[in-house]
Amino acid sequence: MADMTLTLKIWRQKDRKSPGKFVTYTVENVSEHMSFLEMMDVLNEQLIKKGEDVVEFDNDCREGICGMCSLVINGRPHGQEHGTATCQLHMRKFKDGDIIVVEPWRAAAFPVLKDLAVDRTAFDRIMAAGGYTSINVGGAQDANAIPIAKRASDEAMDAASCIGCGACVAACPNASASLFVAAKISQLALLPQGQIERRRRAANMVAQMDKEGFGDCSNHAECEAVCPKEISITHIARMKREYFKAMALGE
Amino acid sequence: MPALPTSLWSSVARKALMALTGLALIGFLAVHLLGNLILLTGNADAFNLYSNIYASMGSFLYVIEAGLVAFFLIHIVSGVTVALGKMKARPVSYEKTANAGGPSRKTISSTTMIYTGIIVLAFLVFHVTTLKYGAHYETTIHGEKMRDLHKLIIENFAQPGIVVTYVLTMLLLGFHLRHGFWSAFQSLGALQPRLSGLIYTIGVLIAIILAVGFLFIPLWIFLTA
Ligand code: HEM
Ligand code: SF4
Ligand code: FES
Repeated sequence: MADMTLTLKIWRQKDRKSPGKFVTYTVENVSEHMSFLEMMDVLNEQLIKKGEDVVEFDNDCREGICGMCSLVINGRPHGQEHGTATCQLHMRKFKDGDIIVVEPWRAAAFPVLKDLAVDRTAFDRIMAAGGYTSINVGGAQDANAIPIAKRASDEAMDAASCIGCGACVAACPNASASLFVAAKISQLALLPQGQIERRRRAANMVAQMDKEGFGDCSNHAECEAVCPKEISITHIARMKREYFKAMALGE
Repeated sequence: MPALPTSLWSSVARKALMALTGLALIGFLAVHLLGNLILLTGNADAFNLYSNIYASMGSFLYVIEAGLVAFFLIHIVSGVTVALGKMKARPVSYEKTANAGGPSRKTISSTTMIYTGIIVLAFLVFHVTTLKYGAHYETTIHGEKMRDLHKLIIENFAQPGIVVTYVLTMLLLGFHLRHGFWSAFQSLGALQPRLSGLIYTIGVLIAIILAVGFLFIPLWIFLTA
């Protein structure tokens, strides 16, 4: 297939405080084998040659494991592909002549730093509020020393695959962080190592989520549909049960 | 150790309150509809005797009514909080939005809950003022004097404007319940992937039964009068 020429409508914002606006760019010579981020690199090289400010966007691993990439592409966080991050989205999903609108995650709790890069440290603060187990590190013990039911380990593994990208917040009509927080609470609630701080964890992480200014969960389930790891809202149901237990029983 | 920072007004507990009050209101609607089906028999005495059961409950009726009002208030206040919180949580809206499809439950129902809710509320004010606090006719059945609510209802449902209002609002209530029933179970943490589809289907059926049931009565009375 011949190379594509695309029109990009990209959100440009100088910094946290400045108001942003859309700027339209044309990118030529886009190969269908490129990833979306590589296409953005092509655009930025064009801008550098013209002496213009490059479009800022977050990325790191470019293989769907770090959770750094973002971008709302034509209204969908991580693009139209299910179960992939923006870095795994290929340009073969687009056609020559397409107009693509590229926006940052939009949420009060994720302020724009510059252009398409947002500040996701709200997630770090939620993790610091309880997304850990307090275990003194000793010599590494045998991996099979603690028996864990297959079903529990499978579900915990599903939850643990959350890469903390924040697409769930971006997709939610309410900008709720429920799927992320639920994945983190669920992962540890399912494992023996997570039992000690189980109720305190649920209470603290939900309290921090509310404090960060994320919206409420209206059960639209858009989060599950855009999550690059396809994390199920069944984990949100578990988070609720964990919270109710914390409310009813305390520590 | 400090107490856990849980609160009845946290995002999780608040939605549980919404869900519990919402489900209770669905229960109320079901009983209300069953009673109203007597209207379809065209037997005025039977309906008046039925509504007189409530009228003769005395102070117990106030307890029921106070409970109902409290449930509505909790549901409304938490619903408005969700809707306002949503605006605060996303001050800059997207240029382009698209439904993600797949496992998403985002529908016209789920995104308009606050609007369908507010319209139902406005309708309820109208409904209660025109019927419960409407004209007081009297009738005597088996030697007992009681309110002739049947006559008032027939009078009301002879007016096309009122019938159209009922029909339209009940359709919107159906949309509210289509998302609401399933959503309540998820808010209560009761859903598993295995049950999700089934509960959603049951919710759609309940929404259809209640909406069609309630809109059919005024329509039928209007058409057969
Ligand atoms: C008979 C009347 C009503 C019934 C049976 C009913 C039922 C329900 C149910 C079952 C839910 C789902 C709860 C959940 O998501 O956990 C719900 C949600 C909701 N209701 Fe109602 N409702 C009624 C009236 C109202 C009224 C008068 C309002 C007025 C504001 C309202 C506003 C809402 C809103 C905004 C939601 C969505 C909450 C969210 O997005 O998270 N409802 N309703
Ligand atoms: S739950 Fe999914 S969408 Fe949300 S942060 Fe984790 S990986 Fe990203
Ligand atoms: S860049 Fe690491 S997940 Fe996309």
